[in-house]
Amino acid sequence: MPTLLDFRRRIRSVRNTQQITRAMKFIAAARLRRAQETALSLRPYAGGIREVLRSAMSRIENPEQFPLLAQRPEERVLVLVTSGERGLCGAFNANVLRRAFEFLREKNDKSVEVIAIAKKSRDSFRKRSWKIAAEYVDVTTRADLGKAREIAAEVMKIYEAHQADSVYLIYNEYRNVLMQTLRVEKLLPLERAALATPGKNSPPASSADAVDYIYEQPAAEIFNKLVPRYVEMQIYRMLAETSAAEHAARMTAMESATSNASDVIDALTLHMNKVRQAAITREIIEVVSGAASAG
Amino acid sequence: MLPEKFTLEVVTPARLVVRETVSGAQIPVRGGYIGVLAGHTPLLAEMGIGELSYHAGSRTYSCTSMGGFVEVLADRVIVLADSAERVEEIDVPRAQAARDRAQKRLAAPNDPNVDWKRAEEALERAQVRLQVAAKAGVPSVADSGHAAS
Repeated sequence: MPTLLDFRRRIRSVRNTQQITRAMKFIAAARLRRAQETALSLRPYAGGIREVLRSAMSRIENPEQFPLLAQRPEERVLVLVTSGERGLCGAFNANVLRRAFEFLREKNDKSVEVIAIAKKSRDSFRKRSWKIAAEYVDVTTRADLGKAREIAAEVMKIYEAHQADSVYLIYNEYRNVLMQTLRVEKLLPLERAALATPGKNSPPASSADAVDYIYEQPAAEIFNKLVPRYVEMQIYRMLAETSAAEHAARMTAMESATSNASDVIDALTLHMNKVRQAAITREIIEVVSGAASAG
Repeated sequence: MLPEKFTLEVVTPARLVVRETVSGAQIPVRGGYIGVLAGHTPLLAEMGIGELSYHAGSRTYSCTSMGGFVEVLADRVIVLADSAERVEEIDVPRAQAARDRAQKRLAAPNDPNVDWKRAEEALERAQVRLQVAAKAGVPSVADSGHAAS
């Protein structure tokens, strides 16, 4: 039977753990605030550039002339898998990686290469000895545009060199503190067919879809700047969303760990008091019966 | 019958600056300004550095806009700027400091450490900010223009 001292030790140990989880919760909350602001304020721009490019794709005569807009039969696939940087954030990393491997299985008739972004993703692909085209770590604690540009440059290089026919992004999108949404998005090529259909993507009033633009400067000049910008922004957005989602997941996980620790402490304390009471009762009985026999 | 109004959106990577229904706008594209009314022919252009003004109701508003792209459609204009700010957000003392700094750099023609292009762009940005602020009547004395606080 555990003694009082055993209980005290265990309670102290749980309390120490609780202090750590509570501290982690506060750190995550502080980082979340900033990450969330970055992610949310980037959305209108990222959405806007996507819309502009979509509408542009349906207007220009021959998008194939731009290497980044070229459509090729999908034989080689490039996937950017973005996980969190660290653990202790619930099922956050497990979820995105499970989805990634599911995706890789779906595409297993093609040649697939992976760019691993963030530590957990890299570790996971390394452990399974996947072919990793490139890896970037230490990028999601705080989303950084410079880093996004670097990744974008690599992606565009691979695509333009015909080493990949399509590029996908797999990441967690920040919904709210309690929820992340897994996203699988096609980054390149932009699909022309999907854009030309009026409907959910294009607002009904831009019905002059087939009309080409008037350009203030050569179309090629604009596109050669607009498309790389689009790629950069989508990757930056992926990092920003992941960052916010990761901190949110960690905050939630640590919150529940802290409250679980409280439950454990309460249960242990109750138990300890029972044991102590039992010992006191036993001693009283001993004293009383000793006195009785002596008398 | 063409519509009289269109939606103007000015977004930057940092935030949404303007989203409004307007009746007209002057947009600083590269190489000059274009005037846009509703029902404009689709147009795609690179943005320059300058003042973007638009009319909503009976008032005219203006903001600065630096770089990026613009897409004009019949009922919608999206400006994807690298940075933009409404007139009341312009930090005048900061812009003045930036202008002076840039002018000093450009005044030293033989300094190999000066990045000419960057200094020139910085000067242009600062001047646009000051012009827009001056037009809106923000006095150019120190510690005014901190409308953001």
